[in-house]
Parts: sequence; structure tokens; C-alpha cells
Amino acid sequence: MTEKKMSNTFPLLDIKNLSVEFRTRSGVVKALEDVSLEVFRGEIVGIVGESGSGKSVSALTAMGILDPAGHVTAGSISLGGLDVLGAGEAVLQTMRGQQASMIFQSPRTSLNPIRTVGKQIGDVLHRHNMADRQNLREKVIKSLKTVRIPDPDRRFDAYPFELSGGMCQRIMIAMALACSPELLIADEPTTGLDVTTQAAIMDLIRDLSRERNMATVLITHDLAMAADYCDRIIVMHAGHVVESGSSHDLFTSPRHPYTAKLMKATPHGGGNLDDIASIPGGLPDLRGVLPPCRFSGRCERHEAICDSSAMITKEVSPNHFVNCQRPL
Amino acid sequence: MKEFIKHLRYVLTENPVTLIAGTMFVLLIIAAVIGASIVPYDPMASNASQSLKAPSWDHWFGTDQLGRDVFSRIVVATRLDLSIAVSAVAISFIFGSILGSLAGFFGGWVDRIVGRITDTIMAFPLFVLAMGIVAALGNSVENIVYATAIINLPFYARVSRTEVNVRRSADFVLAARLAGNSSLRLLATHIYPNTLPPLMVQVSLNMGWAILNAAGLSFIGLGVRPPTAEWGIMVAEGAGYIVSGEWWLAIFPGLALMLAVFTFNLLGDGLRDLIDPRRRT
Amino acid sequence: MKRNDKLRIIFGRLIQAIPSIIGIIIVTFILTRALPGDPAVYFAGPAATEKSIQEIRTSLGLDKGMLEQFWIYASNLARGDLGVSVSTGLSVKEELIRRLPASLELTFLALLFSIGVALPLGIAAATRPNSWVDQFCRIVVTAGVSLPVFFTGLFMVYLFYYILGIAPAPLGRLDIIYLSPPSVTGFYTIDALLDGDFETFGAALSQMILPAITLGIFTLAPLARMTRGAMLQVLSSDFIRTARASGLKRSTVLYTYAFRNALLPILTTLGMVFSFMLGSNVLVEKVFAWPGIGSFAIEALIVSDYAAVQGFVLAMAILYVLLNLTIDIVYTLVDPRVGLES
Repeated sequence: MTEKKMSNTFPLLDIKNLSVEFRTRSGVVKALEDVSLEVFRGEIVGIVGESGSGKSVSALTAMGILDPAGHVTAGSISLGGLDVLGAGEAVLQTMRGQQASMIFQSPRTSLNPIRTVGKQIGDVLHRHNMADRQNLREKVIKSLKTVRIPDPDRRFDAYPFELSGGMCQRIMIAMALACSPELLIADEPTTGLDVTTQAAIMDLIRDLSRERNMATVLITHDLAMAADYCDRIIVMHAGHVVESGSSHDLFTSPRHPYTAKLMKATPHGGGNLDDIASIPGGLPDLRGVLPPCRFSGRCERHEAICDSSAMITKEVSPNHFVNCQRPL
Repeated sequence: MKEFIKHLRYVLTENPVTLIAGTMFVLLIIAAVIGASIVPYDPMASNASQSLKAPSWDHWFGTDQLGRDVFSRIVVATRLDLSIAVSAVAISFIFGSILGSLAGFFGGWVDRIVGRITDTIMAFPLFVLAMGIVAALGNSVENIVYATAIINLPFYARVSRTEVNVRRSADFVLAARLAGNSSLRLLATHIYPNTLPPLMVQVSLNMGWAILNAAGLSFIGLGVRPPTAEWGIMVAEGAGYIVSGEWWLAIFPGLALMLAVFTFNLLGDGLRDLIDPRRRT
Repeated sequence: MKRNDKLRIIFGRLIQAIPSIIGIIIVTFILTRALPGDPAVYFAGPAATEKSIQEIRTSLGLDKGMLEQFWIYASNLARGDLGVSVSTGLSVKEELIRRLPASLELTFLALLFSIGVALPLGIAAATRPNSWVDQFCRIVVTAGVSLPVFFTGLFMVYLFYYILGIAPAPLGRLDIIYLSPPSVTGFYTIDALLDGDFETFGAALSQMILPAITLGIFTLAPLARMTRGAMLQVLSSDFIRTARASGLKRSTVLYTYAFRNALLPILTTLGMVFSFMLGSNVLVEKVFAWPGIGSFAIEALIVSDYAAVQGFVLAMAILYVLLNLTIDIVYTLVDPRVGLES
């Protein structure tokens, strides 16, 4: 599916027709099929979907750190002009952390347990030649300050196990932003944190994105969070992109049956997509032969045309796209 | 039962190595049981004129310094080596698993005492402790068995303890307890038998090590005395001839040892796959 | 982790070693009193007279109660009195001290070889799953645990000395034509270097290579297996993903991040490895006629020199406790999380 450019500038991250499969013992899992999405400079884009919808796989592939069991079978990824899929590992290593960064959920386990947090941030700075031995500590403390960590001088020598989950996430954000990347991908950054901390972390991410005019991708299964923080939202289902548009459009007038169901199932007060029991059926088995629309198995608007024709993209209103034969 | 046979066949055929191990195991048992009756030469018969002959059609593994046929001696030695290992493992298994089960079930001071015993044994490099025990008890084959049994005990105690601990609060145990079984009876008739399958895997894996230990002790001159045919002492007797090129006296018994240990190790791996495929490494 | 906390934990480990040492002393005491018949006769040796037997009986307190005997035994130990070796006439302590450097030198070289091969092999096998390196590693591991160490030694002598002729005769630490270097550490290699004598250094080293490799091969297997396993596990953990996502170089990720974390379970395996190593030392010393405490013990066993055997078992056990303590302390220094759960 293609998207029209939001502005006159080219997208910072441009994923076109990406297909990824995983070869497992029980068969070939077609994790992503013909996924296309764009992220522009300075915007905050949310990618929402249930677990297994392919959100993380897309992000990991874009960063070039897909699990070795995964294979890209089609498509292209352009990140800041770099052809990610064609680039060598050395080039990608330079890109990561410097041009684009990624943070993950469970921050405690995502940090090296036997290395001080100061050294870990320092490693990133050092690797991308952004600090030398003399000013390393100073620069690390500066980055700790930007993520609003109190008493940064003492925290430099702390180990992850000595810090709370929220603090660890701030450390990860500091690591990610140390070299001022143009793109930040946040894969479920607040899962597992308590509600107050979640808000603090998301506020921090949003503030830093705005300050630096940094493109930010927020992967989440919390629709309310997406509504609060994202300019634009991309909805994924079972390895497909199904709908994308501005936050406002998607929440006020969702046009894909799946999106509509999601909105109805999770009241705006907050809702976790994985708690949804009200969409009948489950995710289709991604191993077998699949119809052009992977939602057809549990869609009320399903008709013959959904199975016979290839998927099409419809622009139902300016910059609001749906992949559906029979949108609402 | 049918399920078990089917699973057994699957395990044996899925990994050809397990099948090989199974075959070698059977060969070892045959050698141990009827070896003495089927060997071509009398393992004790010395023949000075035939001493130190290289392997040939007459003597497949050559002859040793007294003219005895090496092949016959190796086959016959199987019984002694296996009996030593089996007895040692049996003793340490019985005592170790009982102590470990009691420790795992009752906890408290029982656990602490058993823990102290196993810790003390394991504070020694095990082979050194075995040497000390044989020196203390006297130089005989029997004491080789006891020494090997003692140093293997902590191994079974620990495994038993863990297995019993894991099963202690299982549903079937609670049900039996509600049915009125006393603690000890519960342990003996319900829990302990249930721990046997994983313990059997450990027994097989441990057999290899027990064989090595016993052979090591006889290599340094403990327990077995000439002219007994035993792999360890045969290697020791043959060691002196290596430097003059008569390799067959020491190498063949050594290979026999290696094969036996290898067989039990592979068998243990196969058993592990049979009983609990989740534990594969 | 503050330095004071670390010191406190290390001190705690030292204290924890005490019950082990007490247990060792008790066991070695029991071993000698388990002898059938009159212990005094055994300790006096085969050439003893009635008078010397009586002397031994009083000095060991064998006419007194068990507890008193133990007390005498323990206080003798504290004074460094391990009895007299009936085969050599020297004090057991003297004999052990005289022969210890030979065993230590050999064990040390074997350890270097073992670690030097096992760690890179394990790391390579983990980073290249299902490659030939990985298969080779698996073969080494499976074969290593099945090989009797004395067999490996003899086979190596046969192959490298008899057939290929590149190894020297297995006759001990130095060929007869060389004089041992002036003793500083007791390690012939180091002492020769300190003396500037490169020829003797080479000769000593060449005598040590085969026994060290024999000993090392035996301990290679568990180390390689654990290295491979630990690396595989660490490499699939979350923080490695973060490290890669930050663009850190492959070498940094592999060594500074992955390997250092894998080191922890590897250190734990070293404890078991030392147990095997100290035990196998005895066998290797016999095969290569190495004049260390292992061959001392073997000779003592044959002539029923009980004080010597007891001293040997005690010395090895204390050495093992010290080695385990060292591992514990290194572990505490490497892992900042230690001591906080307790």
C-alpha cells in the first residue's frame, strides 16, 4: 500500500512492499506481507495492532537487526536515504544509534546487568566518535540530564538492578538519543511500568521529539496512548497494514472494519488491545495459505470479492488510507 | 505400553547414535555375561614363546609380555569392570537417593545434615578422596567399589533432593495425603517411585564416570592385582611398553574403556530423550 | 557496588570456607582411624621396632579416647606437623613442599591450554551455529568426557614420541643432560628464564607440553560445553539486542557485553573442572613420571606409607578449597549483583 507524502519533503523512513518470513520447525511463517509505510521528519507516528501483527518485525527489519531466522523476501527499506536491505553490516552498524535508534520494552533486562549505566551510554557515544576519554563522563551526565534523571553524577556509576523500571527506561532513551538520531523507534516503551511512570516516560519522549524535530515511531497496543501522543496512526493486522491516517481521522471515523472494532472494543479511558475478547476469532495462522485480506476470517463485511481480488488501497479522505475492498 | 514402544522406536531411529549406543551396550552385556566361554584363548594362560607379538590373525589384539592373548583378556575383563561400576553405582544410588529424598521431602535439619555430608564429600577432589578411602580401608577390589560409591553419593543425593522437592507439592501427592497416607509412606510409595525415571538417566550418565574412576584407581595399582584381567591394570602393565613401540598392550584396553564409557554416556543421552525430551541440551 | 561492600562479601566467603576445612580435617582423621588393626603399626611402617611403635602410639595419642586423639591430630596440623614419611624418612610436610611446585607448574600449564582452547572454541561455536566449528566443538565435548586421561597420555606418548619423534621421552621434568635451574619459584620454566638460561627453559617446557596437553584435554570438554551454552544463552538476551540496536561494533558486543556476562556460569564450571584436574593430575604424573605430589602419593600408597597418603589427601583438599575460594572471589568481583539477594 502506498501513502501520499504528508508534506513536500521525502519520508525519512520509507518501507515499500516489505515481506518477511520466518522459517520455523513447524513451517514457514509469513510474518509480513506487502507492508508499506512512511515516517516523516518531526512527526510522531503510532503503529498499533495486536501481538503478532508484525509491528516489531517491521521495526527490527528497518533497523537491520532482524532475528537470523527471519528472511526478507520482497520489498525495500530506505532510511534517511540509506538502502537498509542492501547495505553491508558495517554501514548499518554506523547507522544504528547515530541516524536511527530503537528502544524496547522491559528496560531492566534490556540493559547490560554487569555494566554501569554511565559506561553503557558512554559506549554508544564512544562508538560513534561523539566523545573522547576526557569529556566522556561530562557528555554522559549531560545526556542523563536531558532525560530528567535526578542526581546524574551519582547515577553514572549505578547498575541497572539498582534502578527502577522507569529510570532504566530513561537510561535507554538517553542511550538512544545520545548521538541525536533523526529517527527514534520506541517498541512498547511503557509496557510493564506503572501508570504514573508510563505517562512520565511518554511525556519525555514526546517533548524530546518535538525539541529535536525527531521522527518518532511509537509501537504500542495501547490505543489510548496512541491517541494521546501520536500525530498519525498506522494500524496493522496479521502482517498487513490495514489503515493509516491522522489520529483524529482514525478515532472519529475509522474506515477499516478491524479498526472500527478496535475503537469500539477499547473505551477511550484506556485499553489494551490484547485484552480484546470481543472481536470473534483469533489471528489467522500465518503458516498456511492465506487470503488476500487476512481479516476476512472474522470480518462481518466479508464478501466474495474479498477473497478473489488482490488487495487494493483506497484513499477515503485526504491522507487517510484503507486497505479494504469494502471499507466502511 | 504401546505408546512407550512407539516412543522408544522413535528415539532409536530418530538419532542413529542412540541406536549405535544401544547396540554397543548389548555387546558389552554379552561380553560380560558369556565372554569367558567364547574367547579364543585362556586369558590367564601365559606362553613365554609368544610374548609381545603384534596383532595378527592368530592374536587379534596381539599378546602381552607373558604371552597372554590381549583380546581374550579384554573381553573377559568386561565382566570385572562392569561389575565394579555397577556395584558402585548401585550402592551410591540406593544410599544417595534415599538420603536425598529424605532431605528434599522433610527439609529442616534433615536437609541440613544431608547437605553437610554431601558438601564435605565434595570439598575434596573426588579421585583424591577415593585414593584416601582405599588407602584407609585396605587395598582390595571390594574397597574400590566402596570408594567409588562414596564419591558418587553426593551426585545422587542432590538429584534426588531436587526431584523430590519438585514433586512434593504436586497434585497427586496432595490427593494421596488427603486419602490418609502418612508422610513416610507418601514418600516411599508415591513420590520416590515417581522420581525414578529421571534418576535412571543420571545412573546411565554416571556409569561412565564410575568406570573411569575405578579404572583410574586400578591404573595406579589399587584394588586389582596381577594376573587379574581388568582394563585399568592392563593399561598400567602395558604403559611401560609404549616407549618401545609395543602399543597394543595398553592401547586396546584403553580403547575398550573408552568405548564402554562412551556407550553409557550416549545411552544416558538417549534415555533422557526418551523420558523427558524437554530437557535436551 | 561500593568497595566496602565487596570486601565484606569476600570476607564472608572466607568465613564460609571454614566449615569445609573443618570437614576436611575430620574426614582425613577418620580415614586413618578406619584402618583395621592397630593404627600405630601402620604409621610406624614395615620396618618398625616395638619401641618406635610405642613412640608413635604416644605421640599420636592412640592410647587415649577418640576425641582427644582428634584434638591432638588437629593441633599437630595447626603446627604444620603432618607426620613422618616412612618411605623417605623426611617429614611429610617437607616432602609435599619439595614436590608441590612440579605439580603446580604442570597444572598451571594445563589450565592455560585448556582455557586457551575451550573459550575460543566455545565462543566460535556459539557465534556460528551449525557450522563445522560448532560440530567440531560438539565432538570435542562428547569425546572429552569419555576419554580416560591416562589413556590419552599414553596415546600421545606413543604418537608424538615413538612414532613422530617430536616429543622428548616421558621421563620427568628435565632430560638428564640438563641441570635444574637455581630455585626461586620451583617452576623450572620461570626459574630458567630468571636465570637467563633459555636452553633449559626450552628443555623444561618441552618436557611439560605432552603431560599438560593430556591433562588439559580432559578439562577442555566441560569448559567448552559451558562456554558454548552460556554464550548462546547470553547472545539471545534483551540487552544484546539493545547493544546491537545502538550500533555497537560486533567485537564490542561479543566481548565486552556478551562474553563478560557468559563468564559467570563459566567461572562456576571452573570449580568442577578443578576437581577433575586435581584428581587427574595423579594419573598424568604416573604416565609421564612427573615428580610431583601425585606420584609421591602413588608411591606412598604402594608401600603403605599412611602418614604420607593422609598428608597428600589433606594437601589436595586444602588446595581445592583455596581454588574454589579464588573462583568465588573473582565471581564476586565480576558480578556487581552478588550479595544483594541474601
